[in-house]
Amino acid sequence: MIRVVLPPHLRNLAQVKGEVELDVHGEATPQSVLDALETRYPVLRGTIRDQTTRERRALVRFFACEQDLSLDPPDRPLPDEVVTGKEPFLIIGAMAGG
Amino acid sequence: MSGVRVLVGTHKGAFVMTSDAKRKQWDISGPHFTGWEVYHVKGSPADPNRLYASQNTSWFGQVIQRSNDGGKTWQAMEGKFAYDGEPGTHKWYDGSSRPFAFTRIWHLEPSLTDPDTVYAGAEDAALFRSTDGGQTWGELPALRQHSTAADWAPGAGGMCLHTIILDPKHKDRMFVAISAAGAFRSDDAGKSWRPINQGLRSEGIPDPNAEVGHCVHRIAMNPSRPDTLFMQKHWDVMRTDDAGDSWREVSGNLPSDFGFPIDIHPHEPETIYVVPIKSDSEHVPPDGKLRVYRSRSGGNEWEALTNGLPQSNCYVNILRDAMAVDALDAPGSYFGTTGGQVYASADAGDSWNPIVRDLPAVLSVEVQTLT
Repeated sequence: MIRVVLPPHLRNLAQVKGEVELDVHGEATPQSVLDALETRYPVLRGTIRDQTTRERRALVRFFACEQDLSLDPPDRPLPDEVVTGKEPFLIIGAMAGG
Repeated sequence: MSGVRVLVGTHKGAFVMTSDAKRKQWDISGPHFTGWEVYHVKGSPADPNRLYASQNTSWFGQVIQRSNDGGKTWQAMEGKFAYDGEPGTHKWYDGSSRPFAFTRIWHLEPSLTDPDTVYAGAEDAALFRSTDGGQTWGELPALRQHSTAADWAPGAGGMCLHTIILDPKHKDRMFVAISAAGAFRSDDAGKSWRPINQGLRSEGIPDPNAEVGHCVHRIAMNPSRPDTLFMQKHWDVMRTDDAGDSWREVSGNLPSDFGFPIDIHPHEPETIYVVPIKSDSEHVPPDGKLRVYRSRSGGNEWEALTNGLPQSNCYVNILRDAMAVDALDAPGSYFGTTGGQVYASADAGDSWNPIVRDLPAVLSVEVQTLT
């Protein structure tokens, strides 16, 4: 079970409160977590990564275990603490603009 | 009982304002989609309870919202906006070429006859259409693939397709306008397009009379006279009586012919409204006075409408989609400002009152006439 924390705007859009818990098929990577997230909440397609290129949107960042994973390859395995559910996978709206 | 519903998009959400035909007391709901930029909200002429809203942030991109109950509840649509085929290139500010890239939807134009069909104008400039109530979108690519498109360049606000007008008498005819490419017309439901910019003159571009490259800010049509269009260009207020084949200037005695919105009285097709702004480098009203100007002669002769509007120390702007008119027998006019005020007139502009004063910057105002 992967725990995902969404930023407030995306929680509102997906109509969820608190963390999202996802079953991820195969190896847990940013890509597979996002695939599972978008399957559960199709309205989030395009809000975190481009729907066509699947690249992370410029002002969205990924964190886990106090590490910035934003620039990691999307198919790099997530830390064990995330895979076991001990730590969440954080999707953050970058602090930019007003 | 008749009434109106005013749909307001702002920098931080959308608002729905309803009133009876007196237009004195208002019920206001919102903000909807709080914190998101809402460039446009518009209702279907075929089903007034069907509304569409364009919701966007730089962080999380584009979302289309739909309401089936007049804005009481909303549903986020899942469809994506993707250019059809190779995106091609357009000119950048420095003259270099760069690929078309989707940023946001500026304008939503529901079909005149089908609540599930809606057109969307994008930045970078492209025209999309949904025929399933906004759930899926497809581009009408002929516009972006026009032979002049590689020479289109953005205005200061981006290269946006901001105006979509559906012709009520010629079912396959539509008009669009792009800043800063100009106006285009299709006579075959979007399968092909041609620029309609003859008569526009824009100082500051290499050829002032060029076929494309004009910064058209908005175009308005009265449905009873679809061959007559009025245009607020970057500078100049323009008029055509041949569906855009030729334009002539009707700025006349305006204190400034720079501005953004333009609209037409619903029952008097020669009565036009604009809001002059001082200049393209100073986006504020001339002399700190917020004045709507009305022409009852199809242009050239204009009168200032000031009753109820601030006549000192006012430095707000009125953006291109932030003016609307209702169609009641005594028609109402509405506009919103970047200072967060939404003004309404129930007497065709003779006097104005604020519906609200303290919203986020207003990006768009539309009104539905309810019967």
